[in-house]
Amino acid sequence: MNTLLNKKKEPIDKLAAASGRSLGGEALRRMLRSPVAITGGAITGLFLLLAIFAPLLAPKDPLDRTLQDQVQLGRGIIPGSMPGYPLGVDDFGRDFLSRLIVGAQQTLLVGVLATVIGVLIGVLIGGIAGAFGGWVDTVLMRLVDVMLSFPSLLLAISIAALFANPSQWTVILAVSMVGVPIFARLLRGSMLVQRDADHVLAATSLGVKRGAIVFRHMLPNSLGPVIVQATLTLATSILEAAALSFLGLGDPDPSRAEWGLMLGKASRQFLDIRPELAYYPAIAIIIVALGFTLLGESLREALDPKNRR
Amino acid sequence: MNQPAGDVLLEVSDLKVHFPIKSGVVFDRTVGHVFAVDGVDLAIRRGETYGLVGESGCGKSTLGRAILRLNEPTSGSVKFDGTDVARLKGEELRKARRRMQMIFQDPMSSLDPRQSVESILVEGMHAHGLDKDKEATQRRLRQLLSAVGLPETSLRKYPHEFSGGQRQRIGIARALAVEPDLIVADEPVSALDVSVQAQVVNLLEDLQDQLGLTYVVIAHDLAVVRHISDRIGVMYLGALVEETDADSLYRDPLHPYTRALLSAIPVPDPQVEDTREQILLAGDLPSPANPPSGCRFHTRCPWKQASLCDTDRPQLREIGSGHRVACHYAEDIRDGRIQPHEVKPELVELTGALNPDLGPPDIGTSAEIL
Amino acid sequence: MALLEVRDLTVDFVRRGERPFTAVDKVSFDVEPGQTVGLVGESGCGKSVTSLAIMRLLARRGNKVSGSVRFEGTDLLTLSDRDMRDRRGRDLGMVFQDPLSSLNPVIPIGLQITEVLERHRGMSRKAASVEATDLLDKVGIPDPARRLSEYPHQLSGGMRQRALIAIALACRPRLLIADEPTTALDVTIQAQILALLRELVQDTGTALIMITHDLGVVAGLCDEVNVLYGGKIVERAERHQLFGEPRHPYTHGLLASIPRLDAGRGEKLVPIRGSVADNIPWDGGCAFAPRCPNALPVCREVSPQLVPDHGGLLRCHNPVRPAVVAGGGAR
Repeated sequence: MNTLLNKKKEPIDKLAAASGRSLGGEALRRMLRSPVAITGGAITGLFLLLAIFAPLLAPKDPLDRTLQDQVQLGRGIIPGSMPGYPLGVDDFGRDFLSRLIVGAQQTLLVGVLATVIGVLIGVLIGGIAGAFGGWVDTVLMRLVDVMLSFPSLLLAISIAALFANPSQWTVILAVSMVGVPIFARLLRGSMLVQRDADHVLAATSLGVKRGAIVFRHMLPNSLGPVIVQATLTLATSILEAAALSFLGLGDPDPSRAEWGLMLGKASRQFLDIRPELAYYPAIAIIIVALGFTLLGESLREALDPKNRR
Repeated sequence: MNQPAGDVLLEVSDLKVHFPIKSGVVFDRTVGHVFAVDGVDLAIRRGETYGLVGESGCGKSTLGRAILRLNEPTSGSVKFDGTDVARLKGEELRKARRRMQMIFQDPMSSLDPRQSVESILVEGMHAHGLDKDKEATQRRLRQLLSAVGLPETSLRKYPHEFSGGQRQRIGIARALAVEPDLIVADEPVSALDVSVQAQVVNLLEDLQDQLGLTYVVIAHDLAVVRHISDRIGVMYLGALVEETDADSLYRDPLHPYTRALLSAIPVPDPQVEDTREQILLAGDLPSPANPPSGCRFHTRCPWKQASLCDTDRPQLREIGSGHRVACHYAEDIRDGRIQPHEVKPELVELTGALNPDLGPPDIGTSAEIL
Repeated sequence: MALLEVRDLTVDFVRRGERPFTAVDKVSFDVEPGQTVGLVGESGCGKSVTSLAIMRLLARRGNKVSGSVRFEGTDLLTLSDRDMRDRRGRDLGMVFQDPLSSLNPVIPIGLQITEVLERHRGMSRKAASVEATDLLDKVGIPDPARRLSEYPHQLSGGMRQRALIAIALACRPRLLIADEPTTALDVTIQAQILALLRELVQDTGTALIMITHDLGVVAGLCDEVNVLYGGKIVERAERHQLFGEPRHPYTHGLLASIPRLDAGRGEKLVPIRGSVADNIPWDGGCAFAPRCPNALPVCREVSPQLVPDHGGLLRCHNPVRPAVVAGGGAR
């Protein structure tokens, strides 16, 4: 073994600090200073809290059709605001406010699940394509191209319509498919760039095994755009699920409280009787989508290496 | 500088690296080749520093990477300590890599931004099972950092917390971690500030003295290469056109391209700049995908003659001890029997032209555009 | 009156959430008609920012520019945007480092030149085309008539740079600013471009500000040289003076650390320890002090002033004595 002599050290002040600051840590710091991030984070955070604690927060049982006898659809009457029912009731006499609150839970579920499934499948496809290259890459990307050639809503509709028995899960699956080609392309693109990166070449020349290179060098540096896109996709997934329900391709069960469902039914049937039944779910969806989008945008800016220093 | 000791460590024979140019809508067809490295022979002794110079498009970076099997050679052999590295595969290749390492040009991209310095340095050691003893590994890491002039506290930090020169030192430490015999330094200082370049050059020289390393230094800055190298090879359009020891190259350049190259380098001395003779080359570098016939340099050569130059490709031949030149009329030019003349510049069509030093061209299908 | 008089030019970078950073600190220099002045320094010294400030090309947000830049008597910093746009191209030309990003990739070269000619010299399209062909020929592009309809990516780096120079000189500006024009080019192409610049400047009498980090380039091209460090001019001298007897320890150190083709190989390079990045932001005292072999205690407390010295200017408490200068001299 060669012996290395001690070299005189350069006087370097900055390096005297003991611990290191990782890129993730710096990104977080930057986000905490950005008003956009804080706004987006606040909205998203509130929404998450609402969704998690919904059953506790709802004043009344959303399934309880107590005031059903007060609803006379034939005569165009759905009771509005009254003591105990601040937002009135829906077409089945259920407390509207409670349904809105509980709806947060279902909506979040749809958004998160659709995104997560989309990410998992997309990252798998993109990762394989990017890691192997060659004909594997070509074949997979042509498949992705086909999926991408559909407008997103049309793709979701087509897939949802394939199922004989529409349900919450068919909606989630259909919406997740919209995200798959996006994430696949995104990851594969990043991995392609990484493949030619000097530090990947360095790892190869050091004799590091191929698997380790993919998982330690290429993937972590490629996931940034995917994470950002995921937050944005969360927002659009909620919107697309709502659209599917609106078109009647979603869960036909009327007792389920989900903003998209509520919006769909109300905007088809009750707009002239009690338009609030459609407005409030719509506004709720928009606010949540905004929250996720702001968060995603500020995350993208925070992770952008050009903003460093 | 060191006297090169002993035996031949690296022997390159007729190495060719040709990159296919692909085109097509659905399937990629090969429509041509970039002749990045087109038949190079050289031999490097243990302990010496071999400098490889040339401008963009000459293939020196591709050659450096091909030696380390980071580019695939199209043909030819690369014998490292007797074993033809170009023929190895799989696990054998991976193990052989340990003894030949690379230092990269760009200190920003050559370190994984998401790994700590400690992780970066240990990675290579781990790949070859050198990190079994934890205490010994820690000691080794400290030794490495000390050898390149960085404090111990660097281990926990991340690349973006260091300056360019410091990152380059980390890259050097990384290469040294696996105890290589040969280090190929691809433009090791060109991305650094001028005042920092000297630091890294000195470091490389000191390390060579201490550890007995063999270097291949690839650079376009002839002054730096001349300072650090024992022998220098000049490349043009994929071939070696001249090779000799560093002093002779400067005192006695034989190939017309070398002479033009030397006269083009700005010297920080107004007197020299005002009085010296400049040989200005005309026009552009020809496309490596479509090299000129015969001698690659004949389209820009101020000493081009009517016969041989555009028909026969000159071989690298020995003139004087250890001085090799690839020129039909080297002796005549040296002895003044031929005078330089004016050259009409030819513009080179750039559709399909590529810079081989940027690695394999990725001309994919139109659908690749993200 | 000099052609260009820069007085106390200061550029502060003001970004939200960060300390204000003075990239250019009270820089003053003159350029006479027909003179070539060099601005030399490494990354972070403020040379590029200076040229962008003179041309009013800095982004408006995040930058505070003060001082005065008098071109033929008029302070450019006080002009309206429209007036400044008139000046640019007509009176002041600029050549940048990266020709590919400085040229519009989707417009043919010819159009980029005729556009300038039509706007500033009021030429008709036909007349402008003829002039453009002439200009391309003057900068040494072969077969210029054909080049007019080609796009930037069809030309090599050297040819693109020549095209950029043609565009910059199209309206016969009285001042040309070249910001690292050859840094991205190969050495033999660089030699061609520098020779071209030298020739054009002599033929047209244009003044030239040459910005570079390469001392060799400056040695062959510039009449007067300003060395920048930390946003300030630390030494100014006529070129033979600067290279023959560098007085500032930074200049001296820089010259000593560059390997010379005509020097012996055996001697070790003498680097300047540390790096520019280590000492940002600078607090009080001389910015170079932490790296300076001549540093005295006063250097860290008091920032030295720029004072006349041997026919030039020098900013140093403890300059290099002429007798000590060994290398970097005329051979």
